[in-house]
Amino acid sequence: MSDLALRRQGGLSAVIDTLYRRPRIFLAVLLAPPLLWLGVVYLGSLFALLAQSFFSLDDFSGVIVREFTLSTWVQLLAPANMDVIVRTVTMAALVTVADGIMAFPIAYYAARYARGPMKAAFYLLVMMPLWSSYLVKVYAWKLILAREGIYTWVLDKLGIEALLDWYLSLPVIGGPSLSASYTGTFIVFCYVWLPYMILPVQSALERVPGNLIEASADLGASPRDTFRHVILPLAFPGVVAGSIFTFSLTLGDYIIPQIVGGSQYYLGQAVYAQQGTAGNIPLAAAFSVVPILIMGLYLAFARKLGAFDAL
Amino acid sequence: MRSEGSSLLLKLSALGGLVFLHGPLAIILLYAFTTEGKSYQFPPPGLTLQWFAVAWNRPDIWAALTLSVNVALIATGLALVLGTLAAAALSRTRFWGRDNVSLLLILPLALPGIITGIALRSAFNLMDLPYSVFTIVLGHATFCIVVVYNNAVARFRRLSPSLVEASFDLGADAFQTFRHVVLPNIGTALLAGGMLAFALSFDEVIVTTFTAGQQTTLPIWMLNELVRPRDRPVTNVVAVLVMAVTFFPILAAYWLTREGEHVAGGSR
Repeated sequence: MSDLALRRQGGLSAVIDTLYRRPRIFLAVLLAPPLLWLGVVYLGSLFALLAQSFFSLDDFSGVIVREFTLSTWVQLLAPANMDVIVRTVTMAALVTVADGIMAFPIAYYAARYARGPMKAAFYLLVMMPLWSSYLVKVYAWKLILAREGIYTWVLDKLGIEALLDWYLSLPVIGGPSLSASYTGTFIVFCYVWLPYMILPVQSALERVPGNLIEASADLGASPRDTFRHVILPLAFPGVVAGSIFTFSLTLGDYIIPQIVGGSQYYLGQAVYAQQGTAGNIPLAAAFSVVPILIMGLYLAFARKLGAFDAL
Repeated sequence: MRSEGSSLLLKLSALGGLVFLHGPLAIILLYAFTTEGKSYQFPPPGLTLQWFAVAWNRPDIWAALTLSVNVALIATGLALVLGTLAAAALSRTRFWGRDNVSLLLILPLALPGIITGIALRSAFNLMDLPYSVFTIVLGHATFCIVVVYNNAVARFRRLSPSLVEASFDLGADAFQTFRHVVLPNIGTALLAGGMLAFALSFDEVIVTTFTAGQQTTLPIWMLNELVRPRDRPVTNVVAVLVMAVTFFPILAAYWLTREGEHVAGGSR
């Protein structure tokens, strides 16, 4: 007993014992290291970056002028830059909608019909592609969309090359080849972010109480009505939660459009090019504010729809 | 009576979705064995194991692999400590600003990685910090914290506070309580979170391109090959290697948390 008592008086441990009895202080001690890390390393860098958007680049010397100016922001509003923003947001929205549509049947089946080992298998089959390497997934599409690759072979076997040629001749969505068109970029985006949509939708669907569905059926609703008026509204926060990922990830990606797609820039590429080759950190910083702003609005909107409970 | 069982359309579209998810990964596996070294020809003219031997003898790949593993280990260690502390603090308490703290935790994943990357890079430049393993780790740990946190917080919520109080009442000190009461309860969740954090860090490329300077992690090596293919067959083998390195931690994380209601890595 005396041994125990002695040990309890020992330095640090005694301090922690005392702290534990004061929940507020104990909480502060627990939170301090992670908050300091995120506050200093992350928020600190973020604000330092944003502050630089009020500096400007001297066009002649290529040196950053550290004086307050709004000229960088005026530069951001140039039509070419606005094009980049509109293109990226449109792509992000399309990818989000497509992923929502593709994810729903998988999530719905996994949540409502798969049982036991089947459910575990389903879960793993979604988790594996989610966690497998991003670059490997992009690389797979480079292999598939290569001219000598699989898709040409498949089209050839099916004898529908003419159909693809017709599709590629269409304005905007077409291009010289699938791997150099908006459609190619779109497919790869959809593929890479799809698992991020499935999981939140599935967990939202799993939380729809079974008795609500039975009640709906007892009150005479057809399965279709039940789906539309009971299941879909209750699962919607899950879709919004998933869309946070698909939307945000598309907004900031600069690798996929560089590997598969035309020569037009996306937001991520614009930021990358401005800070890299152009050395224009102020403009890159101003560009970075755009996705932050869009995501801020998006998150506020998602919170209202109850998406945070579905995360 | 409502009809049980799913419609054919639902089954087919769910199956189609899964095929869409896994087809490309299967193709990667196939290409690692192709005898064709100069193009992405399909179907492969023949199958061979020779590229695995070629990749094995490449010092640049070994160097990149070692760097990636080191960075992932250190970042995971840091994230484990910080994520567990945050989970312990937020799991059972309600206080002013709690929502903002959890928002701050998720922010590095919710905002596009390029912003984290460029923000860190410009901060390093402002502070004249030279690029090193340390700068890569700084970036990786930041977004790994939330992965550990997500796994740990669910387990902390199920850990009854009376267990901890009982331990104190019975004379255990803080370290003994943590070692013998808290840790056994949250251990598997931490292990799962740690493995997911490792997989996330091992695979990260967007933030790393900004914080690595001249150093080459395995994903950066792959990215260079993606942009300008030089060694297609070796890249195919590395792709399979990367898949394998992330595959096992994820499978293990799943087994470790499968009894719980919580979905490990459900929100990456």
